[in-house]
Amino acid sequence: MEKKPLKQDIEEPGRRAWLKGLSLAAAGLLLPGCEGKFNETDLQAFFQKNFREIPKEELRKVLERLGEEYSAQYGQPVSVKATPPKEGVSFAYCLDLSRCIGCRRCVYACVKENNQSRTPQVHWITVLEMDKEKGVDIEESNIYYDPETVPRPGKFYMPVACHHCNKAPCVKVCPVKATWQEQDGIVVIDYDWCIGCRCCMSACPYGARRFNWGKPHVPAEEFNPETDYLGNRPRPKGVVEKCCFCVQRVRQGKYPMCVEVCPVGARKFGNLLDPKSEVRYILENKRVFIFKEELKTLPRFYYYFGI
Amino acid sequence: MQFAAGSLRIVAHGSGVYYAWLAFLVVLILQGAAAYSDQFKAGLILTNMRDSVSWAFYIGNFTFLVGVAAAAVMLVIPAYVYNWKPMKEVVIFGELLAVCSIVMCLLFIFVDMGHPERGWHLIPILGVMNFPSSLMAWDALVLNIYLLLNLTVVTYLIYCAFVRREYNHQIVWPLVIFSIPMAISIHTVTAFLYNGMAARPYWNSAILAPRFLASAFCSGPAILLILFQIVRKMTRFEIKDEALHKIAELMAYAMGFNLFLTGAEIFKEYYSNTQHLVYIQYLFSGLHGQRSPIAVFGWGALLLGIVSFLLFLLPATRKNPLTMNAGCVMIYASVYIEKGIALIIPGYTPDTLGQVYEYVPSVTEVRISMAIFGVGFLLFTLMVRVAIAALFGKQEGAGEELPDSAAASESAG
Amino acid sequence: MDKTRGKPPAFSLQPSAFSLILCCGLVIILARSEEGQPQKKESQPEKKESQPEKKESQPEKKEGQAGKKDGEPEAQSPAQSEAVPGDVIAVAPPPFSAGIFPCSGCHEDLELSPIPHKMTKRHKEIVLNHGPTDRWCLDCHTLNNIDKLHLASGKLIDFTESYKLCGQCHGPTLRDWKAGEHGKRSGSWSGKKEYLLCASCHNPHSPKFQPLKPLPPPVRPKDLR
Repeated sequence: MEKKPLKQDIEEPGRRAWLKGLSLAAAGLLLPGCEGKFNETDLQAFFQKNFREIPKEELRKVLERLGEEYSAQYGQPVSVKATPPKEGVSFAYCLDLSRCIGCRRCVYACVKENNQSRTPQVHWITVLEMDKEKGVDIEESNIYYDPETVPRPGKFYMPVACHHCNKAPCVKVCPVKATWQEQDGIVVIDYDWCIGCRCCMSACPYGARRFNWGKPHVPAEEFNPETDYLGNRPRPKGVVEKCCFCVQRVRQGKYPMCVEVCPVGARKFGNLLDPKSEVRYILENKRVFIFKEELKTLPRFYYYFGI
Repeated sequence: MQFAAGSLRIVAHGSGVYYAWLAFLVVLILQGAAAYSDQFKAGLILTNMRDSVSWAFYIGNFTFLVGVAAAAVMLVIPAYVYNWKPMKEVVIFGELLAVCSIVMCLLFIFVDMGHPERGWHLIPILGVMNFPSSLMAWDALVLNIYLLLNLTVVTYLIYCAFVRREYNHQIVWPLVIFSIPMAISIHTVTAFLYNGMAARPYWNSAILAPRFLASAFCSGPAILLILFQIVRKMTRFEIKDEALHKIAELMAYAMGFNLFLTGAEIFKEYYSNTQHLVYIQYLFSGLHGQRSPIAVFGWGALLLGIVSFLLFLLPATRKNPLTMNAGCVMIYASVYIEKGIALIIPGYTPDTLGQVYEYVPSVTEVRISMAIFGVGFLLFTLMVRVAIAALFGKQEGAGEELPDSAAASESAG
Repeated sequence: MDKTRGKPPAFSLQPSAFSLILCCGLVIILARSEEGQPQKKESQPEKKESQPEKKESQPEKKEGQAGKKDGEPEAQSPAQSEAVPGDVIAVAPPPFSAGIFPCSGCHEDLELSPIPHKMTKRHKEIVLNHGPTDRWCLDCHTLNNIDKLHLASGKLIDFTESYKLCGQCHGPTLRDWKAGEHGKRSGSWSGKKEYLLCASCHNPHSPKFQPLKPLPPPVRPKDLR
């Protein structure tokens, strides 16, 4: 009788062969999904490290490469900066609920300033309309209000965006440290490091994070060419984004766009370490409350009643 | 190389049913791969997940399969710790199931990620691993260790069977003992991933981890019970009734405990009646006076669980093959719903800003999920065939292996 | 022998008299120093009560004050923001309609009545809806010095200092405005604040904000493509 050949490795090659075959098949099916030509810049982009680990010289090249890429994409010169935080700066944001009328000008100013996708639509700011009688009861809130004029009688409005928490749950849960809090308090995202697992979105108590479910689309004529690596540069699909306190503006000393555009002056922003700043004045003199304070996220976003 | 050919020969030979099954699975996989290609190109917008419900069908399946993988330990504990003879032979199938489940888990994670090609970012040293702060990093670690562990043990055991020699206890024993806490850890870490999110009150309950373990321990063996009956019928592989009944009994206790924990959750939410009631309310009844689309699943899981618990508890129904198998299917379904729809969706409905988005899986998600299950079943079928050939050959003795094992493998297919 | 005899008693007469005189002296001194404060506190309610009187008598007073120089520093109000040295704040220019300023361009040669009446010729389009119904133009505008506004005290101020006028009634708002809390913030969060005048946002004649048309609501998740 024919001696049965030793089968000690049958299991492994069999399994290996199948797994190899499957992975080849997968790769074969995925390749058509890869956009554009696969060249050296793509390789550079693929192996790019986490922002905080990129050496200074390489960072300069990365910003240049991105600038060229975006300039080609949007048909205008696009600058990509990576302005570091200033010393002695600790940002805070205050929003006056007695003044907000729910006009949503902040929402769209933010969209324009930060190059958010128009289709599929991405809004970093969500405005909740609630009853004055019931107070802050988000289960009864309405974000789709569309009356002829605002404010509607008996309603008050509460815009919500990233709170840039000092104990941010999103920072805690990100498996690859693609999101972190900078020295000046801004919680930022490295869009080229994010793997799109959306753990942070589940962890955020303020619903501040947005995912690029599809390829983001910004019309070239509405594109803001002054961008920051950690802020408003165009994002790829499949990554998470959120309010960045207009890092490209505030690190140049300007106010975030939402503060600039609010027609009723409900939004305030400043440096907590500056005793003359309006945010200090508000925290010291006004009735301030923190949204979902019991979660102890220690946000830098404070709601208050100015009147 | 001849071994590869040899193994291919084993898996390439089978009855008509076997071929049909393989063909069905391959078709399932190919259609899913095509769907995934579309998803990779267009983005996850082809799913029905949105910012409000950012994890859904894929992650639900992932969670369920982690439980199934963990359940292998249910069989390992009595076999190796108590050296219980009847279980020892069947443990290997449990570990094969664990391997396939973990492979499916990893595939579900892969298809859920926005940038799966950036998966290397998770590897320490190469990338950045947020350990120990991020539970997802923990999950990646323990899942891969568990996979490696089971793969090693199973490969080694079958290899030894093929070369017809006793496996070295010194190697196997520590690995197997280690796999017990590993199995508990994969499911606990996955539970903690949800549990740790203070933003989601539905998950932020201390008994989530015990619930996971209890439901894992009853669902995993359900598949194995059915499998063993098939194997027993098709081959001369002896699996004693005693073993099956013991497994069923243990499942009864696990399901009983699971129901107790579920009851505890329900009591806490409805009696305390805080704002956090809204999530379980969405699961069982509905919000804002509207009937919830998942209420049928919420109640379904509960009722299936109770009925199957009773079937397994009573010795008469436990020992009756018809009711036992019905109970297996019911437990599987109950836990599948409980870990999938009933866990994930209410966690996001209403969302952190009180908005309700009613999620149902999209066609793309269903297609891709079916393909992944196809991969798992395919791997499992092939590995079980090879395992049976090896083990059966071992039991029958040296000389008569080839024709019998070939015949056995054919009939097992 | 009494043990206590050697020791002087706890409250002997001599020290007691001395301390009594000392206490009295202290009380007198304290009373004298507090005399100044009640006057200050009382003067404020007097001011409020006298305002309506002052309004009626304003025309007379104004004539008397016609020659008074403005720009004289007022007394420092409490809780002043550090950002403001003295009392002058650099503001954006007043939101005049085109060609309306200087008012003396038309008013130089006009003889107009100081008695409250409705506008029927020029300025009839101005709807005055600010506070009490018997308020009228010359409560804030100065008839014989039309390019200036006047405070309740009669003091004349430029249009560029109109916040002082608003602040007379809207004190807490003025305080908040000086700190940067009230009103739109623009420019730089660090360094000097850029101030807008009250009138830049609030029409002083009809200050209530009109409701705005809101921008479109977000797309519902199920409609996201």
